[in-house]
Amino acid sequence: MGRKLTINGEERAVTAEAGTPLLWVLRDELQMTGTKFGCGVASCGACTVMIDGWPTRSCQTFVEDLEGSEVTTIEGLSGPTAEAVQQAWRDLDVVQCGYCQSGQIMSAVALLNETPQPSDADIDAAMAGNACRCATYQRIRAAIHQAATKAEG
Amino acid sequence: MTLITSRRGFLAASGTALGAGAVLTVGFSTKGLLAAGTQDVVFNPFVSIAEDGTVTVVVKHFEMGQGTSTGLPTLVAEELDADWDQIAVTFAPSDNARYANLAFGAQGTGGSTAIANSFMQYRQAGAAARAVLVEAAAKTWGLDPAEISVEKGVISGGGKSAGLGDFALAASSLTPPQEPLLKSPEAFTLIGKADLPRKDSRAKTDGSAIFATDLHLPGMVTAVILRAPRFGATLTSFDASGAEGQSGYLGAQALTTGTGVAVFGKDTWSAIQARQAITAEWDFSQAENRDTAQILADHQALLENPQFQTRAEADQQTSEAALAGAAQVVEAEFHFPNLAHTPMEPLCCVIAPTDQGVKIYDGAQFQAITHPTVAAVLGLPPSAVEIETVYAGGSFGRRATPNSDYQAEAAMAFALLGRKTPVKLAWTREDDLTGGYYRPLAVHRAKIGLDGEGAIAGWDHRLAVKPILKGTPFESMLVHNGIDHSSIEGLSDTFYGLPAFSVGLSDGESQVPVLWWRAVGHTHTAYAMEVSLDMAAEAGGQDPVDLRLALLQGEDKDRQRLRGVLQLAAKAADWGTPLPEGKGRGIAVHKSFGSYVAIVAEVARDGDEVAIERIVCAVDCGLAVNPDVIKAQMEGGIGYGISAALREEITLAGGEVEQLNFPDYEILRMGTIGTIEVHIQPSTEAPTGVGEPGLPPSAPALANAIRAAGGPRITVLPMTKSGLFFS
Repeated sequence: MGRKLTINGEERAVTAEAGTPLLWVLRDELQMTGTKFGCGVASCGACTVMIDGWPTRSCQTFVEDLEGSEVTTIEGLSGPTAEAVQQAWRDLDVVQCGYCQSGQIMSAVALLNETPQPSDADIDAAMAGNACRCATYQRIRAAIHQAATKAEG
Repeated sequence: MTLITSRRGFLAASGTALGAGAVLTVGFSTKGLLAAGTQDVVFNPFVSIAEDGTVTVVVKHFEMGQGTSTGLPTLVAEELDADWDQIAVTFAPSDNARYANLAFGAQGTGGSTAIANSFMQYRQAGAAARAVLVEAAAKTWGLDPAEISVEKGVISGGGKSAGLGDFALAASSLTPPQEPLLKSPEAFTLIGKADLPRKDSRAKTDGSAIFATDLHLPGMVTAVILRAPRFGATLTSFDASGAEGQSGYLGAQALTTGTGVAVFGKDTWSAIQARQAITAEWDFSQAENRDTAQILADHQALLENPQFQTRAEADQQTSEAALAGAAQVVEAEFHFPNLAHTPMEPLCCVIAPTDQGVKIYDGAQFQAITHPTVAAVLGLPPSAVEIETVYAGGSFGRRATPNSDYQAEAAMAFALLGRKTPVKLAWTREDDLTGGYYRPLAVHRAKIGLDGEGAIAGWDHRLAVKPILKGTPFESMLVHNGIDHSSIEGLSDTFYGLPAFSVGLSDGESQVPVLWWRAVGHTHTAYAMEVSLDMAAEAGGQDPVDLRLALLQGEDKDRQRLRGVLQLAAKAADWGTPLPEGKGRGIAVHKSFGSYVAIVAEVARDGDEVAIERIVCAVDCGLAVNPDVIKAQMEGGIGYGISAALREEITLAGGEVEQLNFPDYEILRMGTIGTIEVHIQPSTEAPTGVGEPGLPPSAPALANAIRAAGGPRITVLPMTKSGLFFS
C-alpha cells in the first residue's frame, strides 16, 4: 500500500506503514539525509522540518498524518529568507560538527517568516528546542540577527 | 568523485612507507596514476594538484567540528601560495605510515593535537609542492627560479603567468627539496587571517554534508544492539519471537562477546522497532549492581588512605605538618558525577565487503585502533581492512574508545550476517546515554592551611577517581608507578607555587566504563583547584586575581603565560570595577593541552535564580593559525563545560543508568549564556591545542562568580544540586 507525500513541492510515493515517523521516511526510504536523527523524542530539534510552514519535529510526526500537507526539508529550502539565513550561517562560520545545523536553520527560517525582526528573547524562545552540543548558540543568534537585517534591507 | 579516485590512485602508485619521523615522500613516479586516467598529480601524501588548478589537501585528522578540515589546509595553502578558493579537502585513508599523528606515533585525533603536530608537516608539504612548481615554471620559461613568484595560485615570472595546475604535470617529475624553505611568520597571508572561511560551512548548511549515519549502500541492512542493562552483565538467553512478522525485521543473533543481541532490520526504524519486541535474560553476577550513592560513598572512603602520593615536592606528612601549624584551615569536598559525551550524531558506522576484505565508513577518531580491531574481530590481515573517514557529528572523545567499541560491534554484526551484506550499525540516543564510556565520577577533598596573613601555608589534597588509561594501549605511555596521568593532570603538575602541597590519589573501582571526555582529567582537577583557591582567597581576605598572580610569580615560561591570560581576561572583563548588588564576577585560569586559558564569568543572582550574563575568555595557544576557529573552540569548550556543570549527570540505580534521553540529561540550550568574548594573546610560540583548553576554567569561573554574587560555594556538581536555577 503506497502513500503520497508532498515534499519540497514534489509528490513522492512512499511505502512506509502507519506509525513510521516522517524522519525515517525521509532519511531511509527517500534517502534525503539532510534531516538528522538526534533523539527520537522531539527533544533536540535535529530532525526539524517545516510542515505547512511550521517548524516541526519529524521524529514525532507520523507518515499517516501528512496527507494534504506540504513538507519542506533543508534540501528544499528556497526563497530570500532561507538564502539570507544560510548565507549568514556561512558568513559567520556558525557550524562546528554541523550535525544539528539543518534543524537549526529550519527553525531560524521559520522564526524569521513569522517574526522578521526578532529580539534576543524571541530567538532564545524560538530556538530553545534545537540543541547544539558544540554550543554554537552565540553565532546562531548573531546569524539570525544578520539574516533579519539583510532580509529587511 | 575525482578527488577520491585520485587519492586511491596515489595510494596504488606509492610503494614505500614513511619512516618514523619522516614527514614527506615527495617526487615518486606518478606514471601509474596518470595511466589510470586521472588528471591529478600527487606531490606527497598530503597534496595533489589537478590540471584545473584544484589543490586537494589530504587531511589526516577527522573533523568533529574542531576545524581540522580548515586548519590543515590553511597550512598547505599558506606555503603553496594557493588561493583559498582552489583548496579542496579529503580525509586520509587509514595508514599509520603516512598519516600518523606525530604526537602519538599512530593515526588518530585527540588531546587537542591536530594543529600542533601538523604545523610543520603540512607547511613542509605545501612548500615542497611549491618548490617543484616553481622549478618547472622556471625551466619552461627559461628563467631562474628566483625570478618566479607565486601569489594566490598564480605563478608569475618574466612577464608570463600561469595557474598551479598548468605546471602540475611538469613538476611531478622533479625531485622536491628534502627541507623546503618555509615562510617566516611576517610573510603569512592565510595563517592568522581573522576571517578565513571554514571549508565545511557550505555542506553543513545545505544538508549535503555526509556523516556515517547518512550512508545508504546497495543492499545495506541496519543493525541495532540490545545491550545489557547493567555494565558487566552477560547474555544468557533471548527471545525474539515478539519481533517475528514485524515489518522490515530481518533477524536477531547474539554477539559473540556475550554483550548483547544484534537486531537486524531493513532500515533504522524497523531495527529499532524490532529491538523493542525482543526480550533477553542476563547474568548480573559480575555486573555493576550498586547505586551511584554507594559508588560515591565507596570513593569517599578511599580518601582516608590514598594509594599514591603523586608529588615529589611534598607528601601527605609534609602537608599535614603544615596544616597543624596553620592559623586557619579551609576545607572542601568536591563531587563530580559521571558525564556522557552525547555527540549530536548518535554513534554509527557502516561496514561493507570489498574485494580483499572490508571497508568501514566512520567518523573515525582513532584509525590506528579501529583498523586492527576490526581486522582482529573478522580474522583478517590488516591489509584487508580500509577505513574511509567521513564527517563526525561531534565526538568530544566518545569516538575514540581504546577498544573501538562500536566499530567492533559493527564488525561482529557484519560477520553474523555472513560478511556479504553491508551493515550500518546504529545507536539511538538511549544507547548513547546508557552505554557507558563516561567521564569518571570523581571525589576530591582539599584541606588548605592559611597563615596569619592569609597566605597559603600547606595543602593536603586527595582524590579518588577510576583511572581511564589503565588496561588500555596507552598504559605504557601515560601510567607511571601506578599513577594514571589522566587522574591527576592539571593538579599534581600545577604551576602555582603552593607550599607543602601534597596530592594523594586512589583508584576508584566500578564496572562503569570510563573514557576521556573533552579535556579529560582537567575537567575535575581544574575545578577543584580553582574553586579551592577562591575559597582560600575569600578566607584570607585576598583578591582572587592578586592571589593567583602572587602564586604565579617568576620567569618560568608557563607562569608568565598564565599571568598573561589572567591579566588579559581580568582587564577585558573590567575586573575590580564595582557591580550592582546581586551581581558577581569569578575567575579561573588553567593550562591544558599546551594552551593557557583564563575565564571571567559574570552572573546576576536573584535568590536561587542565576543568569550567566557574560563570559570573557583569554587564550594563549601560541601562534594563532585560524583565529576564528580558535574563538569558536573557546566558545564551544566553554559552552560544553558550563553545560555539564549546570545540569549534566549520569546516575545508576541498582546498576541501571537512570538517564535515557535528553529530557533526563539536560544539555545547554540557546540563551543560557549571555555573551562569550574571546581574546587571543598574540604569540610567536608554536601553536598548541584549542579543542579542549577552553573547558577546564569555565565551570570554576562560573562557580566563583556565583559565590561572589552572594550565592553558595558550589563544590558538588551539577550545580542544580545546590538548589540553583539557571535562566
